[in-house]
Amino acid sequence: MDDFLAARSQMAMSLGFHIIFSCVGMVMPFLMAFSHYKYLTTKDEVYKGLTKAWSKGVAILFATGAVSGTMLSFELGLLWPKFMEHAGPIFGMPFSLEGTAFFIEAIAIGFFLYGWEKFNKWFHWFCGVVVGVSGLASGILVVAANAWMNSPAGFDYIDGKYLNIDPIKAMFNEAWFPQAFHMTVAAFAATGFAVAGIHALMVLKKQNVNFHTKAFRISAGFAIIGALLAPISGDVAAKSVAERQPIKLAAMEAHFETEKGASFVIGGIPDEENEQIKYAIKVPKVLSFLAWGDFDAEVKGLKDFPKDHWPPVAVVHYAFQIMIFFGSVMMLIGFIYLIATFWKKEWLTKSWYLKMFVAAIPFGYIALEAGWTVTEVGRQPWIIYGIMKTIDAVTPMPGIQYSFYFFTLIFISLSLIIIFLLLRQLKMVAKLYDPTDPNYNPKNKK
Amino acid sequence: MIYVVIAFLWVSICLYVITGGADFGAGIIELFSKKSYRNQTKKIMSKSIAPIWEANHMWLIIAVVILFVGFPTIYTTVSTYLHIPLVLMLIGIIARGTAFTFRNYDAVEDNWQKIYTQIFYYSSLLTPFFLGIIAAATISGSIDTEAKDFLSLYIFSWLNPFGVCVGFFTVSLCAYLASLFSLHEARFSDALPIMKKKARETAIYVVVTGVLVFVSAHYSDIPLLKWIFSKALGIIAITLATISLLFTNEAIKKGHFLLVRIYGGFQIIMILVAATYQHNPNIILFANGGHLSLFDESAAPKTIEALGWALLLGSIFILPFLFYLLMSFGNQSRKDPE
Repeated sequence: MDDFLAARSQMAMSLGFHIIFSCVGMVMPFLMAFSHYKYLTTKDEVYKGLTKAWSKGVAILFATGAVSGTMLSFELGLLWPKFMEHAGPIFGMPFSLEGTAFFIEAIAIGFFLYGWEKFNKWFHWFCGVVVGVSGLASGILVVAANAWMNSPAGFDYIDGKYLNIDPIKAMFNEAWFPQAFHMTVAAFAATGFAVAGIHALMVLKKQNVNFHTKAFRISAGFAIIGALLAPISGDVAAKSVAERQPIKLAAMEAHFETEKGASFVIGGIPDEENEQIKYAIKVPKVLSFLAWGDFDAEVKGLKDFPKDHWPPVAVVHYAFQIMIFFGSVMMLIGFIYLIATFWKKEWLTKSWYLKMFVAAIPFGYIALEAGWTVTEVGRQPWIIYGIMKTIDAVTPMPGIQYSFYFFTLIFISLSLIIIFLLLRQLKMVAKLYDPTDPNYNPKNKK
Repeated sequence: MIYVVIAFLWVSICLYVITGGADFGAGIIELFSKKSYRNQTKKIMSKSIAPIWEANHMWLIIAVVILFVGFPTIYTTVSTYLHIPLVLMLIGIIARGTAFTFRNYDAVEDNWQKIYTQIFYYSSLLTPFFLGIIAAATISGSIDTEAKDFLSLYIFSWLNPFGVCVGFFTVSLCAYLASLFSLHEARFSDALPIMKKKARETAIYVVVTGVLVFVSAHYSDIPLLKWIFSKALGIIAITLATISLLFTNEAIKKGHFLLVRIYGGFQIIMILVAATYQHNPNIILFANGGHLSLFDESAAPKTIEALGWALLLGSIFILPFLFYLLMSFGNQSRKDPE
């Protein structure tokens, strides 16, 4: 494996894992705070147990997110020193603010986990909310830095020099809002579905049914909000890409010829050699509408750009298809949920209804990873869009593949341990968290 | 504004060495505790660091962010030529952070705990060792950007006797700090005499490894003595650190354990002053006699301005909360003397 490929793979893998940890860290605190609110208003001890159980999940994933985040702050320099040398002072602003947000999150977690019965109960609840808000804020800020790579701003690039640097302008780049909005919504959908599915499974297994039903209701609610907002935020993101990075849009849709009233391509196998797509379903004029809000607008095709500026078309196209597919499925589940909640209450306890949520456990994360692949691979061959190529940024140190193998090992074992730990938390619900269970005895952990 | 940014960089490194160092030290102390009272040591250690540990490592992230935003050339030089020790240190941080969480938050207590515990111990040892090596490499003139072969570019840039000695010195400092900090938590427990003994033993290690650092510097032609003792501030800092060592011993005897913590922190700050001041503002010294200076390598003025404001605003938000966190859990342990 050559060093450039190894560096790219290591970065992709690190971010791929970090994105999962941090999305859970962004959303889980809100689930926890919601359940805590229910406890404070209803005095139902089950909600208190649920809050505690979820707060352990938050703690475990926050800690993992913190270490993978620390690692990334070093990896940026370890793998892409040339990039950081120029980009650091320009896009660093959100990182320095993110430091603050993350610090507050860490402090608030300390207060929340160790603060039961010690503080005023509403102050304690508020600490939980602060965990969520600051987690969300750090996510949004980090996306600002990534958005800058897609939509560089806040400097003038003259004769290979980066002049007139303005970090504030760089932070408020054009891609920030659309990307951050879509990312946040996706985080809610992904985490909501994963958590709801796990609790649905426990209800199906008839274990601590009351406890898990309450957990399922709360998390499904958050999941559905995310799933129904995702198409809207996705539309905003797509329109922004059409304007800023037409070549990325063309790759997403494997759209080779520039045309007016371009059709929306579903599926198919892109053939980069012969510059065409085979076996695809084409819906006439829809792409023009989605990109520009006008059925007859012109959409630029890949052939309009030099071939050495093309991203890997097949990867981007497939990733985009996967995202759209799972996004639509989740939206459909969202509608079923709404029907069940408002009109067909008898569905709520049906096993097919719960099974549907169990099946959807990974859907949100698959869509999230696919969407992230679209935006990152779709930016290639650039690391700073239109300014610096990724290959020019890579470290001169040889032997990066060993570092890649090593980090892969670390991440895989980290994930296995997390899954293992969360499963153990789940197994201990009866003993530690559900006060209505006859085996409830939180003092005895053996 | 550049001074504000440099001050923040220095303070966050200082705080990382103190809080993070105590944190690593806790693991090191446990590792070298006899099995018979390991459990007791573990309880005391985890009680004194658990509520704040999540905050500890944030100082490192802040220092890294200041480096890559404000001083990108320094950040990229370090991460290119010291790639390998940085990765090794990172592995330590990752393994340790996760193992610690799992030790604390795992719902079931069984044999799996033993595995995390082992990981926790060895990574506590590894991380400060490589931290010391990295710090040593920046000033020992071992980074040779003109070298042609892999070994001199990426291995001998950090692997040398001086670096290894500084690594051991850092490890001893961490253990020393942790044992000082834990005295306060241990004051009502019958483990107190053991912890006191630990504090004295680790102090000896600090002195011994400290001497080793100077000896290895002498043999590697690093004018460490000259640097420190040619400037008034260096002499004052080293003298104060030595004097406070005596004060610490006195305070331990009298049982003023909060004072012990303050003296311990003060000693570390003085050692860092002595270590960083003498070649200030040159933060990296190269093999060819060149150097990177904080002033020459700083980013564009607008960036430094924005970074400075972000740090100032951030600390207005963070410090009161952090203080309150430490206060509330400090009071907590006073009320509840188990």
